Amino acid sequence: MVLELQKPRPIWQIMFSTHHTDVGLLYLITSLAFLFLGGSLALAIRAELFLPGAQIIGDAMTYNRIFTVHGTTLIFLFILPFASSVGNYFVPIMVRYKDMAYPKLNAIAFWMIPPAGALIWLGFADFTWYATPPYSIISAPGPAADMWIFGLKILGISSVLGAINFVVTILKCKHPDMSIGQVPLLAWSFLSSSLIILVAIPTFAAALLMLLTDRLGVSGFFNPAMGGDPIAYAHLFWFTFHPEVYVLVIPAIGMMYEIIPRFSRKPIYSYNSGVFAFVLLSIVGFSSWAHHMYATGMSFTEKTVFMVGTLAAVPASAMHVFNFIATMWNGRIKFSTPMMWAVGGIALFFSAGAGGVANAAMPLDFTTHDTYWVVGHFHLFVMGTIAFGSIGYLYYMFPYVTGRMYNETMGKVHFIMSFVGTVLVFFTQHVLGLYGMPRRVFDYPPIPEWIAMNQISTVGAMIIGVSMAIFLANMIYSSGKGKLANTEDPFGLGGKYYYPFEAKNPSH
Amino acid sequence: MSGHSNWPEWIYVGVVVALMVWVGAEAWEAERLIEHVPEGAETIIVTGQQWFWTFEHEDGTKEIGELHVEVGKAYKFEIHSKDVNHSFNIHDYVVLMDAIPGRVNTVWFAPTEAATHDIQCREYCGLIHYNMRATLYVEAPSS
Repeated sequence: MVLELQKPRPIWQIMFSTHHTDVGLLYLITSLAFLFLGGSLALAIRAELFLPGAQIIGDAMTYNRIFTVHGTTLIFLFILPFASSVGNYFVPIMVRYKDMAYPKLNAIAFWMIPPAGALIWLGFADFTWYATPPYSIISAPGPAADMWIFGLKILGISSVLGAINFVVTILKCKHPDMSIGQVPLLAWSFLSSSLIILVAIPTFAAALLMLLTDRLGVSGFFNPAMGGDPIAYAHLFWFTFHPEVYVLVIPAIGMMYEIIPRFSRKPIYSYNSGVFAFVLLSIVGFSSWAHHMYATGMSFTEKTVFMVGTLAAVPASAMHVFNFIATMWNGRIKFSTPMMWAVGGIALFFSAGAGGVANAAMPLDFTTHDTYWVVGHFHLFVMGTIAFGSIGYLYYMFPYVTGRMYNETMGKVHFIMSFVGTVLVFFTQHVLGLYGMPRRVFDYPPIPEWIAMNQISTVGAMIIGVSMAIFLANMIYSSGKGKLANTEDPFGLGGKYYYPFEAKNPSH
Repeated sequence: MSGHSNWPEWIYVGVVVALMVWVGAEAWEAERLIEHVPEGAETIIVTGQQWFWTFEHEDGTKEIGELHVEVGKAYKFEIHSKDVNHSFNIHDYVVLMDAIPGRVNTVWFAPTEAATHDIQCREYCGLIHYNMRATLYVEAPSS
């Protein structure tokens, strides 16, 4: 395999390389850097909300900027690049090709991310990750808002380029002996999510340009003062970003499909149903976008259509959960760190999905919409499912990337603290939402239940913060000084059968 | 790939689909009833602007930051916005409707007992969104 860090090379050789493992490493390090940056902002938010009144963040404007950049960073600069990293490392190997289909395009797609990240962080906009018009047009201070728009524009182009590369690599570059029905589920997950990107992203790309020209005052697409309609933006935004939820979650599920069978020492229960569920999710993902907009004054018919579209996605997600449980059933399970993360991620995926059904049901949505329930709900997806799957996979690929083993005890402590912390923060926030606390607030009235639940939530966040410090120490120390891994079977599972990406690769 | 029979998964998917159909049908039925504004509901014009609420009753009385209503009557809110998006929310009565500039949204409620409740903004609207609050006073009928 790869063993990047065992053969030290000057850093510029990696930076200017177009080889898929080098680009994968660049994606990996960038995404982890932004994980820690965005995570620190989360801790600042939780510290601020520990008690009513201003705590550590001086004013509401700074607070609004912090939660905007927190969300933008973790979605676009951590989750997406992390998935690209895994895809770069493993998709070419899984389809038995020497590299990505277009190596230079691949490097270009990566190198668009640092300038976009710089624009978002140096601007520090305040209009939420949704860039809500007409606030973003008439009220949001520039140049931060404009820098955010350009940053997202660049990230969108980068996503599209990456998606084209994955689709072509999987469909056109797979080994001639390999049928599409033999491609591992992780590669299938990248095929599905890349196709979603290609269909979904152009809509938001158009909306961003319209937002920019609205800000410049030369158009009025979303500005009611010039005859426009902010609801049009809501449709364009969610037409991209509800499917985008599946772009984020499908690769994480794909990563779990690598981990769960290996550590259960059993084949996947049903490969076909995994493929079917990926494809189904990527289609029905497009039928539910306006469930984010029930309270904007939609008609009863519209709400009903989008409720049905939303509920239709549930059976496909549930098929994955069933597949995981059936795979583990009667397996000789070894709970190494990656397996703990994957199983924890499945449990939280189930919880997040159950909460989502409540949101989709029209009358219940009017209780939960724009409250802390929603914050808890989508964080169970992005943190509980996607980050858990990703971090589990990071531990799983660590010996392949570095040739060394991470510290298993620290990995397990990291998992247990993160799991407890995630439950404390986000389950509590569901209840807090039922008590009516709105999201995106700098301060809140001293209602005893609100204070208590905010404090539980903050304590949970601090536990996650400490566990992430342990994680960082483990990664840095182990990649240089960890004990050498047995790269044939680093997790002691026995048998090469469990490592299909050891298939012959012409360039290694 | 798997040669074994897959009937447990089909049963499971069937159960999930049945559950979703049930949730959808219940939600459809409840929402259909909720959307029906009762005859003779009094209209209150609600206006959101950065960062306070204004209420105008049918008789022309205006209130800022507070709203007085009576037990036993039904009220229909016509929700406007003067600047950016807001969301009019009386959480205790599950009243939630966005205030969108250029549009008029309606929502209704019928208070059941005399008490005070919080009114808040639930859609991000800028600097003082967190404190865009008002108070609802539900009072016993005056007659």
